[in-house]
Amino acid sequence: MNHTPHQVAITGLTKRFGARLVLDNVSLAVDTGQTVALIGPSGAGKSTLLRCINGLNTFEAGEIRVGPHVLRPGHDHGGAPVRQVRRVFGMIFQDFQLFPHLTALENVIEAPVHVLGAGRHEAARRGRQLLQRVGLGDRAGAYPRELSGGQKQRVAIARALAMEPRGLLCDEITSSLDPELKCEVLAVLEDLRRDGLTLLLVTHEIGFARRAADRVIVLADGRVVEEGPPNEVLGNPQAARTQRFLSQLLM
Amino acid sequence: MPKTVHLRALGSLLSALAVLCCQAACDGAGKPAEPRPLRWAADAEGGAPYIFKDPDDPAKTVGFEVDLAGALARELGRAIEWVQYDYIRLLAGLDRRDFDFAMNGIEVTPDRAKAFRLSRPYYVYTEQLVVRAEEDRFTTLEDCLAMDAVVGTLDDTAAKRLLDQLGIRTRSYDNQTEPYLDLQNGNVDAVFLDLPIAMYYAAGNKKLKFVGQPLNPGYYAIVFRKDQEELATEVDKAIEHLLESGELKRIYEKWRLWNADQARLHSGEIQDVLRESSGKWTPAVYVPLLLQGAAVTIEISILSMALAVLLGLPLALARLYGPWPVRAAATVYVEFFRGIPVLLLLYFLYYGLPAISDRYDLWIDLRLAPMTAAILGFGLNYAAYEAEIYRAGVRSVPAGQWEAAASLGMSRWLTFRRIVFPQAVRVILPPMTNDFVALFKDTSLVSIVAVVELTKQYQILSKSSLKYLEIGAATALLYLVMSVPLGYLSRRLEHRWGKGQ
Repeated sequence: MNHTPHQVAITGLTKRFGARLVLDNVSLAVDTGQTVALIGPSGAGKSTLLRCINGLNTFEAGEIRVGPHVLRPGHDHGGAPVRQVRRVFGMIFQDFQLFPHLTALENVIEAPVHVLGAGRHEAARRGRQLLQRVGLGDRAGAYPRELSGGQKQRVAIARALAMEPRGLLCDEITSSLDPELKCEVLAVLEDLRRDGLTLLLVTHEIGFARRAADRVIVLADGRVVEEGPPNEVLGNPQAARTQRFLSQLLM
Repeated sequence: MPKTVHLRALGSLLSALAVLCCQAACDGAGKPAEPRPLRWAADAEGGAPYIFKDPDDPAKTVGFEVDLAGALARELGRAIEWVQYDYIRLLAGLDRRDFDFAMNGIEVTPDRAKAFRLSRPYYVYTEQLVVRAEEDRFTTLEDCLAMDAVVGTLDDTAAKRLLDQLGIRTRSYDNQTEPYLDLQNGNVDAVFLDLPIAMYYAAGNKKLKFVGQPLNPGYYAIVFRKDQEELATEVDKAIEHLLESGELKRIYEKWRLWNADQARLHSGEIQDVLRESSGKWTPAVYVPLLLQGAAVTIEISILSMALAVLLGLPLALARLYGPWPVRAAATVYVEFFRGIPVLLLLYFLYYGLPAISDRYDLWIDLRLAPMTAAILGFGLNYAAYEAEIYRAGVRSVPAGQWEAAASLGMSRWLTFRRIVFPQAVRVILPPMTNDFVALFKDTSLVSIVAVVELTKQYQILSKSSLKYLEIGAATALLYLVMSVPLGYLSRRLEHRWGKGQ
């Protein structure tokens, strides 16, 4: 795995959907190898922030730096900086978005074979290893519809890892899963964290954030309202907005 | 014997009842019966000089048969009312009792004499070879054969049968304007048709000329059902009287149709023209011909669909992802070709394009061969439908699939090819197969550009043999044998492609 620095530095990021201001001058940084949990009420702009980093959404002002690569307002979706940033960070979605016409293994090797030009045989060998790593070594030939939600999400993680990213952007990846299925996905994430991947997670799993995150960032109404180590932000929140959000979560 | 007597008694009782019922119906108002007008069927579409729309007053029909009908009405003391009926369906319509008689340049043939009651002949036709004015290669049918020329003619006519007998290559049409149009456009080398048709459509055309003498005389007769003996006898007498009185000659002279051949009308006999051998229409004769038609149907369907499917995809992509001028152009294409009848398109491609290249003296020759015009017409038309099917299929794939592929570094084209299109195919395939089955049957329209496919072959055969039911059933069976497996194939493919979902 590549260990060159690839810290994320976001400054003054502003994003509108029509008249609605979704991200309002957001600045934050994530260091190499850190696990950062982005929390906050729904509609706060958390997912949009991740999608901007991955080049799936454009933005109106500010810049996103990922190592030496810089995304600027109105950048081209298929442009070189976007492609380079996507090589650094893989992305996992709440609704998996596995390719339904391909088996688990075919999902995993699709991009290595067709984007990186890897040999099919070598890619399949690596793909099996990755499926093994997320605990699905025996389901390589299964189609997505034959897998449970937790299994699907683990295939999606293996698929992202197959491109050898240095980090993952996880957009509420356990939100549509039953509690016991959440555990298996979160266990995979903790494993990846130990291996030194940078993880930026939008999550509602406060317990997981407390246990696994190096830092917690609270986003509300398009702004960063509080950030710091999990025991401080979650145990002793300073901002009124954070307190209100956390008390609602406990209800 | 007693049984027969009983049956006869029953028969007369029934006819007596029928007469009573008819009278009751006719003089329901208690007035003396004014005889019901006779209904005469003929095709006025491109039907000059027999019957056609008056160029000076299109609300009126004119023609020598219109004049003859008027004269007959006076002789019979009974009104004759014209009804429009497709030429090729006249005899079937008579069988269906849609009208009382057909008079439309119908030639006397042994098969018709056997199946129907033919009147005494009212005109002796001959056939005339017509070529382009600058033509110097042939002047006779023998020349045509030697030069391997293609000769245009009408379906199921004595002219067509003579050409076939001589082994001359023909192209047959179902109305009389188009052969001459095609001759002028260079799609056929000569036209061989009844003299009255040639007189009206070709004699005044400076681009065409008559060659050789009229030949192969035959008779036109009025056609009744066998059960109309009484009416037919009256009409026979009326024709005879018109002939004796010179009225018939006057009518033909008015239309410049009188010639020495008409002397034969006086014999009143039709036996001497019943020279063609009575066809034996067994399955062994007509099935091979139907199979030939089916082969043409398959060829047109497959090639048109291939064109439509190939052309539909770029159209759909242009509508989905093109910059606005491309998108607008693709939208115009789809709306245009979906909005016009394919029949009109076929006419335009086949008859309209040559006119354009003539008028503007284009360097490019726009004369399409009949098959090319047919395939192009259906291909262009169906491409519009296939484009919409592709578009719906591609749009049915969730946007999340594009995003997931993008986040893996896949380009848009790679995503389309590897991820989106394979999923869309599952949605696309069933309606596309459906369209193919529809196209398959729509190809029956191509007979207007002189292609003989299955339905056309049926029309020709059933009209010649008068076996509408039997040959119709065989034709339907052929269509089913071809289209039902397609539906099965569609379901199989749907299942196979859909395995991941």
